[in-house]
Amino acid sequence: MNGPLAALTIQQFLADRLASWGSTDVVALVAFLLAALVHATLLISLFAVLPLVYIWLERKVAGRIQDRLGPTRVGGKFGWLQTLADGIKLIQKEDLVPAAADSMMFRMAPYLATVASFAAFMVLPIADGWVGVAAECGAFLILALMSLEVLGIILAGYSSGSKWALFGAMREAAQMVSYEIPMAICALIPLVIAGSLNLQVVGRMQAGGFWNWFIFHDPFAFFAFFCYFTVATASVKRAPFDLAEAESELVAGFHTEYSGFRWSIFFLAEYASMFAVSGIAVLLFLGGWETGLGFPEAALSGLQTWGQDFPVQGFVLGNYIANLFGAAVFIFKASLLVLVQIWVRWTLPRLRIDQVMTTCLKYLVPISCMLFLGAVLWPLVLASSKLHRPVIWGAPLVARSTSHATDPTNAVSGIETRSVSTVANVRGEVAR
Amino acid sequence: MIEQLLFWVFAILTCGGAIAVVATQNVVRMAFWLVVSLGSVAALFFLLHADFLGAAQLLIYVGGTVVLLVFGVMLTASGPTVQIKTSPAEAFLGAGVGLLLLFVLMFSIKSVAWGDLESQLPARRLSPAVADSLQARTSEFDVSGAEDPASKAKADDAAAALVARNQAGRTVRQLGLSFFGLRPDQDLNRPAGGALAPGFLLPFEIVSIHLLVVLVGAAYLARAKRKVVPGSPTEL
Repeated sequence: MNGPLAALTIQQFLADRLASWGSTDVVALVAFLLAALVHATLLISLFAVLPLVYIWLERKVAGRIQDRLGPTRVGGKFGWLQTLADGIKLIQKEDLVPAAADSMMFRMAPYLATVASFAAFMVLPIADGWVGVAAECGAFLILALMSLEVLGIILAGYSSGSKWALFGAMREAAQMVSYEIPMAICALIPLVIAGSLNLQVVGRMQAGGFWNWFIFHDPFAFFAFFCYFTVATASVKRAPFDLAEAESELVAGFHTEYSGFRWSIFFLAEYASMFAVSGIAVLLFLGGWETGLGFPEAALSGLQTWGQDFPVQGFVLGNYIANLFGAAVFIFKASLLVLVQIWVRWTLPRLRIDQVMTTCLKYLVPISCMLFLGAVLWPLVLASSKLHRPVIWGAPLVARSTSHATDPTNAVSGIETRSVSTVANVRGEVAR
Repeated sequence: MIEQLLFWVFAILTCGGAIAVVATQNVVRMAFWLVVSLGSVAALFFLLHADFLGAAQLLIYVGGTVVLLVFGVMLTASGPTVQIKTSPAEAFLGAGVGLLLLFVLMFSIKSVAWGDLESQLPARRLSPAVADSLQARTSEFDVSGAEDPASKAKADDAAAALVARNQAGRTVRQLGLSFFGLRPDQDLNRPAGGALAPGFLLPFEIVSIHLLVVLVGAAYLARAKRKVVPGSPTEL
């Protein structure tokens, strides 16, 4: 895996600090471990705090939609500490394992689901250059990691030794196995437009005004966003696709037998996954960390060199502020999509399992295939028509990039340019 | 150092998971150990900077095959398939086949001249400390040292090292290009007009069509057979 961009700098900084400490190898190892610790702590706090907010939001929005007030007391105004109080209550509860359950698997399953959900956060860039692991095949990797969460849920349902849980798990398995297909196809459409699997490159290509966002790139991409969002809602088993935990039929579905801490981390994983799929949607279709107005980024890019080496050597304060702003924009956009998922949950009734499967296999798969075909043919048709919009293919990436990034990122984008020109060379050779 | 450590952790998990798959008798636990083993193989791929291969391993084997396996087990939840008891004869046969396979693998690993291969690798990966110190210098490599050939060569080395470091694991573009017969690793420095390497697109498409045919065949064999009476309202 190539160097995590941010870790590179923190690691380097720590290595410099510790240089007088011992041999180079030891210093490199210690610096690596400390940098990894910093990254893991940051990601875990994001992973833990966002669900806290979303669960509060869910209760509040549900209350308002049902003409109630929702939580009002804990933490003063608006009951904003309600989730924390719930969490403390849940941790105090007894950790029960049914006698009929397969004890080891039963205990293991919630962690499996949570780890899979957390793993998606590692490759999700939240600002330009702020990503845990900057894999070049990031989009592919994040889809692969998100597909592992279902395993924890299936094992939970199966090992519970309960009919309700087993039925919930079977529904979940059937649903997930079929919904992964349209999800991947819809995610492919913006990736084809970008010509890269690197989520950071995809985000950077949408810089500037909102008309550069891939959702407005062509009509097929526009519909692909809604198709993706529907499928993503289903893939994180939110209503109206929450058959795995259909309360009215299956008590609580796959987590019927769970209580206390294990039950609560299932919910942590679910809400974190909601953020992850929304984050992917924002990165692929809605411009990532860009506001879409242009002027805030332009103003902040003026800061790029401001505060050079301010607190410590090699740290650019202006750049940090720009990235912080980008991260705030990204989280805000993704939270808006999470809000839509919550809104849909409390508005639409639950589908039946056969309707869920029909929706996927008879409608969403063909629709996504047609959208993909259309999105692939679109630039060719445009290129041959009188509109004659030039086919954007790789090269404008650098031209359009208003990247306000640190040295490593610049180095990476420089290499991107180089590899693009390599491709161009090879193409030229083939043409000859 | 850290890579050595991680390699041993994941290598032990891979082998231990594989042994546990064989040793356990419950099918669902077997599936769990299979996840451990296959996931660790993916981690080993990541350690080797084969990001795409690692992600494909996760998606296809852990996320796809094992999920389908558990799904199949759940549909046949009762009966002889959940607890598998092996007879001594089966154990003997299985152990024999396994040992034979192990022997073949050891033989083929031994017969590869690894030293020669290492010299053919395009760019050796540097240790992080060396690469870091090189990276600190790369900011000046395009401005300074243009006149002095020695420092220019040094700067070129630094640039090449940085490129190699940042390119580690960046295999997607090369993979995609080689599908069309463009091999940047082989064709780049060749004289123009020479024959290019063959692409992998056609074999890939043939395999995918083959899989599609298998899928259609399986769906045909597995579907519920209904008696179709022409003109009846229940006809589907």
